[in-house]
Amino acid sequence: MANELLQIEGLTKRFGGVVASESVTLDVRVGELHAIIGPNGAGKTTLIGQLSGEVRPDAGRVRFDGQDITDQPTYRRSLMGLARSFQITSLFLDFTALDNVALAVQANAGHSFHFWRDARGEEELRAPARAALARVGLSQRADVLAASLSHGEHRLLEFAMALANQPRMLLLDEPMAGLGPEESARMVEMLRELKRELPILLIEHDMEAVFALADRITVLVDGRVIASGAPEEIRANEEVRQAYLGEQEATHG
Amino acid sequence: MLLLIEQCLNGLQFGLLLFLLAAGLTLVFGIMDLVNLAHGSLYMVGAFLGATFASLTGSFVLGVLIGLVATWLVGMATEVIALRRLYGRDHLDHVLGTFGLILFFNEAVRLIWGPAGLNLTLPPWLNRSIEILPGVPYSSYRFSIIVVSLLVAAFLYLLVMRTRIGMLIRAGASNREMVAALGINIKLLYTLVFGLGAALAGLAGMMQAAIQSAQIGMGENILIVAFVVIIIGGIGSIRGAFVASILVGLIDTVGRSYLPDMLKLVLSQSAASTAGPALSSMLTYLLMAIVLIWRPEGLFPAGNK
Amino acid sequence: MTGPASSLRVWVTPRNVVVAAILAFMVLLPVYTSGTGNYFLLTLFTRIVILAIAAVSLNLIMGYGGMVSFGHAVYIGIGGYAVGILAHEGITSGLVQWPLALIVSALTGLIIGALCLRTRGVYFIMITLAFAQMIYFIAVALDRYGADDGLTIYKRSQFGGLLDLANKTVFYYLCVVLLIGTIYLVQRLVNSRFGQVIQGSRANDRRMRALGFPTFRYKLACFVIAGTICGLSGALLANHTDFISPAMMHWTRSGDLIVMVVLGGMASVFGPLIGAVALLVLEELLSGITEYWQIILGPLLLLVVLFARGGIDGILLHWHDHYRAMSGAIGGLMARVRRG
Repeated sequence: MANELLQIEGLTKRFGGVVASESVTLDVRVGELHAIIGPNGAGKTTLIGQLSGEVRPDAGRVRFDGQDITDQPTYRRSLMGLARSFQITSLFLDFTALDNVALAVQANAGHSFHFWRDARGEEELRAPARAALARVGLSQRADVLAASLSHGEHRLLEFAMALANQPRMLLLDEPMAGLGPEESARMVEMLRELKRELPILLIEHDMEAVFALADRITVLVDGRVIASGAPEEIRANEEVRQAYLGEQEATHG
Repeated sequence: MLLLIEQCLNGLQFGLLLFLLAAGLTLVFGIMDLVNLAHGSLYMVGAFLGATFASLTGSFVLGVLIGLVATWLVGMATEVIALRRLYGRDHLDHVLGTFGLILFFNEAVRLIWGPAGLNLTLPPWLNRSIEILPGVPYSSYRFSIIVVSLLVAAFLYLLVMRTRIGMLIRAGASNREMVAALGINIKLLYTLVFGLGAALAGLAGMMQAAIQSAQIGMGENILIVAFVVIIIGGIGSIRGAFVASILVGLIDTVGRSYLPDMLKLVLSQSAASTAGPALSSMLTYLLMAIVLIWRPEGLFPAGNK
Repeated sequence: MTGPASSLRVWVTPRNVVVAAILAFMVLLPVYTSGTGNYFLLTLFTRIVILAIAAVSLNLIMGYGGMVSFGHAVYIGIGGYAVGILAHEGITSGLVQWPLALIVSALTGLIIGALCLRTRGVYFIMITLAFAQMIYFIAVALDRYGADDGLTIYKRSQFGGLLDLANKTVFYYLCVVLLIGTIYLVQRLVNSRFGQVIQGSRANDRRMRALGFPTFRYKLACFVIAGTICGLSGALLANHTDFISPAMMHWTRSGDLIVMVVLGGMASVFGPLIGAVALLVLEELLSGITEYWQIILGPLLLLVVLFARGGIDGILLHWHDHYRAMSGAIGGLMARVRRG
């Protein structure tokens, strides 16, 4: 029990007549990569919203490292170590790549009521930022405006920011979205390495990546958990195959 | 007691006038996502046009009707010439651009009609007192403002909720590309909607002009109150604008009459007569502050028309 | 490219030339006016400098912070009224008046900001406008202090012999020094950690919170700082015109400030100054042509919004890019020729 870093119990959210999440219960353990899959509209985005604090659940609790964070605002969850990446690129487009990551570092470097010193000259912010960029392979692009980076580089930058944010756990919302085969493979490798350091909750559509990386998989359909367990179990599960994997195989041929 | 009824009716009348203004504003914002600071200018232009046509034709009603059409046209012209290019841009751009229009309209009106205001005289049948309830006399003109405004409100409701055009308006608000893809001429729709908003503002201006005469700059002060109304009501919601306008109208009018007396109960005579007017002006804004603390998105947030 | 000649090249850009020219003009102006005895220009430029300080403070929250306040002139009014009211009551010491002006401005900024910053986008714009209007009406109701007609100030802020504000030249230089100081301080602020949070919040507030920044408190602090600086400009304006009235904080004054910031170029160091100069000089020129000059200014503003959104600073930078691209190309060509 002690090694469950994130515990989600009975999370329920309704928007008018639509049930986006229904009694979702799952957990993420130290050392594992737990993937969540499901067809579009399954409620994955709402789930991430409730985990990050942007959406208030109608019922249920979220516990992080034993603490109930259900009522905590977004920024506080981040400071506690629950870092999140965004599916749709959400960067600081008119800042350079390095500036973007430096902000992530700054968030954890105490309060920011410092009015005088030039933040761009502070090594304690810049050094970890450069290190994070190096880790994702973007060192050469450090001084390029985020707006001028390619889509693949945006996803990498997202990643670098999540890493620089001193996370104790990562919530990754479709990091592979829109990546080509080469970039996807690179991302999978990075995630594989990262798995060893940090527990990861991964929301993804890319089945190859999911089955290559996940220690456990939970399947969400229409806001409900219909199956949860080891990859082989999920692959064999009839309900899952019908609801989801069959669809996937049809489209991926 | 009689005074209270009269003040309540005045509050209702003021509120309905505000509604005409706010409805146009919120319509334009909800559908075209355009913040139009120059809406008050259209209010002013309507007042001047109405007064001019009334004196030209010698008939109040005819003057108002022609004035309405003229204001609609001015509104459409403004949209086509100046405002079209602002769609889709940052709201700050709207604020700046329409602020420029305010400057233009104020000077243009001054150029055409001179710095003094213009009177809109009421015909005798409107300029008397009627008994709306036994023993309750009220200005027939103010009463007719209430009636006309309620009719317009009902018309708007029917238009937006029950007609094809209304459906397009509502659809256009939530999904411009879809509506355009359906082959509907979005540009024309927007121009017409803007014209409608202008006509509503102009009607309000004309009705007010009969009470206080058309003046340069009359639009600015009431514009801010109209914005407060749609903030309280929820931007984009006509229902919200209706509820909020009545609320603001009543609180402002009744508050102004009774607040100084109420203050005299707690403060000294001189303090009350100083604080009274000041606080009365603030009532509307205090209401807005309270609503904001409680519900930052307004009473009827966008999505409910 | 190395050596002193090239670093000079880096600095000599169209924008820097314009800024340097304006600064030089401002510093040397009193020499000209005391020589010719024509104080009109000095009065005009004192006003420009004072409003530039207000514009710099607005640029801080609007240009860098993305908080479009349509009620910023209210702090000019508060600063001015602090000086005016105290002077009326017999307290003419600047050492009492000015700190009070700053404190009241700060407190007002705190209250208004705490309420308004709960909203975003157009709501925020309208609400700042509404609150400013509210305070305007309070000033109008102050019968004791002139109400609508305003109040004359018979004695400028006294600084015990250190500075004689009644001397136009001394006062002008004081304003210039305060302007330069303000620009410098705001620049340091903008580049500090605090400034990074403010700019980040403008760019992507949601992401900032996801990173762990409680953005509300930083934006509020920024709002208060901007209001305080603007209060200073109000105190200066009251001294300059020897007069206070509610018109100082009418919402059209707030509109003027926004125009200055956008015209000059948002989020640029000297944009507000350029904008203040441009707007006020333009007003002077246009009103010389016709008394209906606003009929020209209005559409001009719309055109700037539509086609020159980066303001004058943006236009100058644009020229610079062209200039750099050209000289870079020529330099590259010559280097290749030299190498043979």
